[in-house]
Amino acid sequence: MTIAIQVTVNGQLEALEVEPHESLLGMLRERLDLTGAKEGCNEGECGACVVLLDGRAVNSCLVLAVEANGRAVTTIEGLGHAGALHPLQQAFLEHSAVQCGFCSPGMIMTALGLLNENPTPSEADIRQALSGNLCRCTGYRQIIDAVQAAAAALGAAGQAGRRP
Amino acid sequence: MNARWVGQDVPRVDGLEKVTGAARYTADVKLPRMLHAKVVRSPHPHARVRAVDLGKAARAPGVRAVASGQDFPFHVGIYLKDQTVFATDRVRFVGDAVAAVAAETPEAAEEAAALVEVEYEPLPALLDVRQGILPGAVLVHPQLGSYQKVPWITPEAGTNICNHLKVRKGDYEAALRGAAHVSENTFVVPQVQHVPMEVHVSAARVDLAGKLEVLTSAQSPFTVRHLLCACFNLSHGDVRVSVPQVGGGFGGKAGINLEPIATALALKIPGRWVRLLIDRAEEFYAAVVRQGLVATLVTGVDRQGKVVAQKMHYLWDCGAYGGYGVNVVRAAGYTCGGAYEFPNVCGDSIGVYTNRPVGSAYRGFGMQEIHWALEQQMDMVAHELGQDPVEFRLRNCLGPGKRTVTGQVLDEHAGRVDKCIHKVAEAFRRPLEEKPGLLRGRGLACAVKAPAMPNDAASSVLLKFCEDGVLEVLVSGIDYGQGLRTVAAQFAAEALGLPLHQIRVRNLPDTDLSPYDWQTVASRQTWATGNAVLKAAEKCKAQFFEMASQVLHAPVERLALEGGQVVDRGGQGSVPLTRMVMGYQFPDGHTIGGPVAAAAHHVPEGLLFLDPDTSQSAKPVAKWTFGAQGLEISVDPGTGQIQVDRVVACYDVGKVVNPGLIRGQTFGGVVQGLGTGLMEELKVDALTGRVRNASLVDYKIPTSEDLPGELEAHFVETPQADGPLGARGIGEHTMIPTPAALANALFDACGVRILDMPLTAEKVLRALQAKRAKE
Repeated sequence: MTIAIQVTVNGQLEALEVEPHESLLGMLRERLDLTGAKEGCNEGECGACVVLLDGRAVNSCLVLAVEANGRAVTTIEGLGHAGALHPLQQAFLEHSAVQCGFCSPGMIMTALGLLNENPTPSEADIRQALSGNLCRCTGYRQIIDAVQAAAAALGAAGQAGRRP
Repeated sequence: MNARWVGQDVPRVDGLEKVTGAARYTADVKLPRMLHAKVVRSPHPHARVRAVDLGKAARAPGVRAVASGQDFPFHVGIYLKDQTVFATDRVRFVGDAVAAVAAETPEAAEEAAALVEVEYEPLPALLDVRQGILPGAVLVHPQLGSYQKVPWITPEAGTNICNHLKVRKGDYEAALRGAAHVSENTFVVPQVQHVPMEVHVSAARVDLAGKLEVLTSAQSPFTVRHLLCACFNLSHGDVRVSVPQVGGGFGGKAGINLEPIATALALKIPGRWVRLLIDRAEEFYAAVVRQGLVATLVTGVDRQGKVVAQKMHYLWDCGAYGGYGVNVVRAAGYTCGGAYEFPNVCGDSIGVYTNRPVGSAYRGFGMQEIHWALEQQMDMVAHELGQDPVEFRLRNCLGPGKRTVTGQVLDEHAGRVDKCIHKVAEAFRRPLEEKPGLLRGRGLACAVKAPAMPNDAASSVLLKFCEDGVLEVLVSGIDYGQGLRTVAAQFAAEALGLPLHQIRVRNLPDTDLSPYDWQTVASRQTWATGNAVLKAAEKCKAQFFEMASQVLHAPVERLALEGGQVVDRGGQGSVPLTRMVMGYQFPDGHTIGGPVAAAAHHVPEGLLFLDPDTSQSAKPVAKWTFGAQGLEISVDPGTGQIQVDRVVACYDVGKVVNPGLIRGQTFGGVVQGLGTGLMEELKVDALTGRVRNASLVDYKIPTSEDLPGELEAHFVETPQADGPLGARGIGEHTMIPTPAALANALFDACGVRILDMPLTAEKVLRALQAKRAKE
C-alpha cells in the first residue's frame, strides 16, 4: 500500500506515491535523487540529513514522507548553485568550514533554520543551534565563524529572515 | 622558489561541490538494479562454528545471493593475513562476519539474514589484554604460525602475540642502577571508534566477462585492489576499484574493509551490483576501532634532571585481528620515546589478540596512546623532582644532533620541538584568570610522529594539458577533507606559474585510469604527492622549453617561464604556453612536440630496516613532525566536569602550504583529541564481549558546544630537506598530545592524576573525593 502525497520540494510541486514507513530522507534521496541530505545514523543524532520543512530545520530521517504532504521542503540543492551561492554557502567556502563535506549540507541547512528564526545570533546561539549536527573533521571553529559571517552578510544585504 | 601560490590561503578547490550538495559519496551513486547486502554476525566473542545453513535464507523472498566461509575460506590482511572473508572454523569477536545475503531491498536482506542458521560452540573468551600474555591464556589464533605476513613483523606462534618490537639502546639496567630518582607508572587507553560521519560502504559487480568493479568508501583504492586480487586470486587487470567522495576516514577506511564481503556476494550473482552499507551500530562494533593500550613506564633521572634510563612496555589490545594493527605496534616501538632523547632505552611494543573489536589504524597511529603515557610521565617526574615541567622537557627533548631511540641522529632539517614548547610556554605567560567556584589549571604535552609505511610506499601523479591551456592534475591520494586536491593545485600552479583557475585536480581515483598511489595514511600526501606534482611539473616545463627553443631559436638555458609564456631572457622573443599545449605549429604548417603531459612519482629515499633484535636504524622513517600543545581548563569541584577554556597548538610543519587548511587540520585534530581525552570509550561488556554503547546516543563525540573558548594554531617552519618547498606532514599530529595535556592541566588545577583515559566527570569527581578523604 502506498500513499499519494504532494510536496513542494525546492519550489517544485512533486506528486509522489510513498510507503507509509518511508522517511522524508529516503523519499528525497531515492525518489528525487536529492542526495545532498545524508544518512549518518538514521536516528536523529548526527544532523547529516537536516532539511527545512516549512522553513524550520528538521532531521529528515525522523520525519515520515507522508508528514511532508502539503508542505514545503528545502534541501541544500534548493539553496544555491555555482555563480549564485547563498551567503551561507559562500561563507562556508571562505572560512574553510568544509572538510570531508559529509556533514556540510545538514550543517548549512541547520544554520539557515537558525538564521530564519534569529537573524543576529550570538556565538552561543550558533553553538547551541549546531549542537545536533556532528562534524568529525573541522572541530567546528571555522563552521561557527562561517555562520557568523553569513549572518552579517545577510544582515547587511537586508535579507535576514528570508524564507526560501 | 619565490612562492606565489604555496603559502596562500586559497579556498578549497573542491569546496563548491561540497557546499552545493553536488558532491557524490558512495551511497549517493545510483547503481542500476542494485542489490542490498546484509551481513550475518557472530553474537559470541569466541566460538567454534559447527555449521552454517544458508538454505532458508537463500529461499527467502527477494534473495538473490548468499555466501559464507564455506564458499570463501580466503585469507585477507594488509601486513598479516590473519582474517578470512567470512569466519570459517571459529568466530573471534561479537560482530565477526559469518555469512551474508544480497536481496532486492534492504528489508528483504535484513529478514533473510535472520534466517541464516549458525551452530556455535561457545569457547572461553579473552576480553582483557593483560590476560592475553599470561601462560595458559585462551588462544585467539591457534594457527598464528601459518599465516602469511610481511617480513618486518614478528608474530609468536603458540601465543596471542601478533607482533613484538624490541628497542634496545645503551645499557638500560646499568643506567637505572645509577639513577638518582626512579619513577614507575602504568597508564591505560581504551579502545575508541573513529566515528566518521559517513559509515563504511562498498559496492561490487562482476560483469559477464568476468571483470570485477568495486565502488567503495576507502582511503586506498590501489591497496584495496591489490588485496582483493590476493584474496580472490584475481589479476589486477580484471579488477577496477574506484572511490567517490569519502565522508571521513581517520584511518578506519585504510587497508581493506567491507570490500571482500561485497565481492564475495557479487561473485555469486554475476551482472548485478551488490551494495553493502552497514548501519551506525555496526560501524561501532563490527568496523575497525583504535587499539587499546596498557603502558608501563620506568624513568630514571640523574641529579641534574636529565633522564638517564627509560623503560617502555606497551601492551596493545589488537582485538580479534591484527592485519593492520601489527604496524601500529611497530610504529609505537620505533617511536617509543616520543619527543625525547633517552640515552639508555629498553622498549617493548607488544600486540596481543583479544576477543574484542578489531583494532586498526586511527589518526595518530598509536602516537596519541603512547603520548598519553609519556607526556604524563614527564610531568609526574618533573613534579617529583620539584622542577618546572617545561624546563624538564626542554632539558630532555630531541633536536638536531640528538639521538632517537633507534639511534638515528637528527639533522638540522628534522624539525624543532623545543621551539614549539617555547611558543606554547610563551602563550602561557598570560596570567590564568580566576573563575568563581572553579579550579583553574594549565598543562602542556609534546608530540612526535613519523609516517608509518613500507619503505617503498609510492605516490605517482599525471599532469596533462587540455586544448585551452587548462592543466589537469591526476592524483590518487584520497582527499577526504584534509585538502590534498587544493595543495596539489597549489604546487602545480607554483611550479608552472599558472593561475589557480587554470588548474583542475582530477581526483576521484579509479584504478583503471588513475596513477598509482599506495595509501592515504601516515600524513604523507602533501609531502609525497606534493613532491611528485613538482617533479611532473618540471617535466612539463622541459617539454615546453624544448619546443620554445626551436620556435625562438634560443638555447634552453636562456629560457624562463613567466606569466604563461616561455620567454627568451637573452633576446626579445616569447611564446605563450597555450600555443604549445598540443604541440607547436609553425606558419608553414609543420608541427613539433605534442600534447604536453608528464608522469612522476615519489618514493621515500634511503630508508633502512630496523635491526631485528634492537630496532637500531640510522634512518627508520622518512621524516618526523614535532609539536606541542598547551591547554587551560576549569574544573568544577562539585561535578568533576572539565571545561576547556583555551588550547594553544604549535607544530613544526616545515612550510605552511595553506593557512586555512592547516588551521582546519589543527582545530579538527584538537577537538577529536578532546573527544578521546574527555568522553570517548568503547564499552565492551566484560562477560559477553558486546559493545554496550554502539550508537551516537551512548557513544558521545564532541559537538559545537564542546569547542574550547579559544583555539590558537601556531607554526614553526624548519624546512624538511626532502619536502615539497620544505613541507612535512601534519594531519594526524594535531590530536596526539591533547589528552595528555588535558591530564597535566587537571593535575595543575586540582592535584589529581588520572592514568586511564578518558577524563570523565565521574572519574575526576571520584579522584577529588579520594583526595579530600586523604587530606
